[in-house]
Amino acid sequence: MGNPSKPRKIRLSTTPTREALAELRLGDIVYLDGLIYTAREGVYKRALEDNANIPMELPSESAANFHCSPAATIAEDGSFRLGAVTATASFRFTKWIGDWMARSGAKLIIGKGGMSAKDYQEHFVPNGAIYLTTVGYGTGALLGRGVKRVKAVHWNKELGLAQAMWVLEAENMGPFIVESDLAGNSLFERENAKISANLAKVYEGTVPAVLKRFGETDDRSDEMIG
Amino acid sequence: MIPIDVIQKTAEILMDKAAIEIPQDYLDGLKAAASVEDGDLSSFVLEAMLENYEAAKEDRRAMCGDTGTPRWYVKMGNETQIEGGPIALEAALRRATANATNGVPLRPNRVHPLWRTDHDNNVGIGAPEIEYGYEPGGEWIDLITVHKGGLFGTDYRMLFPSDGIEGIKRFYLDCLVAFGKRGLACQPAIIGIGLGGCKDTCMVLGKRAACLRVVGSRNSDPRIAELELELKELGNSIGMGAMGFVGKSMVIDANIEVGYCHTGGMQMSVHAFCLSSRRAVARVFADGRVEYRTDPDWFTDYQRRETVEWEIPQNHEKSA
Repeated sequence: MGNPSKPRKIRLSTTPTREALAELRLGDIVYLDGLIYTAREGVYKRALEDNANIPMELPSESAANFHCSPAATIAEDGSFRLGAVTATASFRFTKWIGDWMARSGAKLIIGKGGMSAKDYQEHFVPNGAIYLTTVGYGTGALLGRGVKRVKAVHWNKELGLAQAMWVLEAENMGPFIVESDLAGNSLFERENAKISANLAKVYEGTVPAVLKRFGETDDRSDEMIG
Repeated sequence: MIPIDVIQKTAEILMDKAAIEIPQDYLDGLKAAASVEDGDLSSFVLEAMLENYEAAKEDRRAMCGDTGTPRWYVKMGNETQIEGGPIALEAALRRATANATNGVPLRPNRVHPLWRTDHDNNVGIGAPEIEYGYEPGGEWIDLITVHKGGLFGTDYRMLFPSDGIEGIKRFYLDCLVAFGKRGLACQPAIIGIGLGGCKDTCMVLGKRAACLRVVGSRNSDPRIAELELELKELGNSIGMGAMGFVGKSMVIDANIEVGYCHTGGMQMSVHAFCLSSRRAVARVFADGRVEYRTDPDWFTDYQRRETVEWEIPQNHEKSA
């Protein structure tokens, strides 16, 4: 039976000050208050490649970009029904994230799995942004509870429900975990380094496959993203 | 004759149950993992997940915002007839999938691979998948819906007899470590392993091993059952837990299913059925009676038969 220690819990605005962000340490648990918007490949492409006007005042309304599509529907009367809310994996959005930060002034990128150290150094650190990861990648019901209401859905017609820009009013919405800090350090990388140290022992006695594959690595400390 | 309106109504209820209610066997498995987890962050994650399952049931909202890619496994007794035939059955399952996507609501995940067209209802070309199985006796239909996540945790490799058990362990670890980093596989998961068959059937076997067997079930071949326990233990000794944090909970259970393969090969697939192991089952009888359960009970002796002919055991109950 383990006796794990409890991480620190912190409430944070979705338009955070630099001081508030500087307070955060890797592994802190964060709950958010304020407006959050979802933006992933659909929104990025439309805003950055097709140069569409972003239908919100960013970052004054919100500096929190959630890599997410909620389980939700829009009723015929235009009202929204939102169920669970869970992030999608962020590493696929590297090609847009720098330009998006420049355009949106986002300070909080929220998603699944974090982004690469290179992304943190090149885009997050210069823009004073940090990355928050959702928890377990399945706490969709808890996060759904933290959404007080859906304020708007932009670009639904153009992008479909899953890629639309959902604007959510968050109240004590969480839990999220601080994955990167203002210096660009990554919690996932720290954990991966610790785990890698043990892997040779776990693999002991196993044999590499007789038929190789192109592009294969046996360096198990490698990051799989970026 | 099974009434078609009962099939559609039952299918809609199953879509709802799968998305919202974590199956008891998985929940028990996760609680057992949480009780021994000593990594600070891994432990926090597991506690949050347990809280999340409760919130989902209380609010009747999906437990995860990514509600996966809904599919159907349909099994029938040999005497089963469906009102309207198989075409009506498939229409009913497609309607139930679309209705539930708007009703629960689920995320409309299914899009065209190239044009990204989204019908906002999880129905499209080949979606939802509908797969069939049959049993020797009885007049009943089992409707099984599984909403497995669709992006990470699954891989295939052509191994050969000379790779042996140690080669199987190697590929198994490769999959767990690679997809476990940063928690992309949403572990701890039920890991399904397909061995043999052809490439496509190997993938099917592994997926079914992950999605259609409950935690704690063992393969009927005692030596395979032993390997399952060994792989479970091996996965939990990696030193990695939930979200790829330091910990010891990667595998809630390891299930292996096999199929006869080419004499020169030993195909292998690995599938991870995530923290939101969405599956729900109901049996519909000809008189319209419906029995709900969470155990698909897919891998019967008949499904794993090795012989040309199949003799129905003397004590085989017609409705079993």
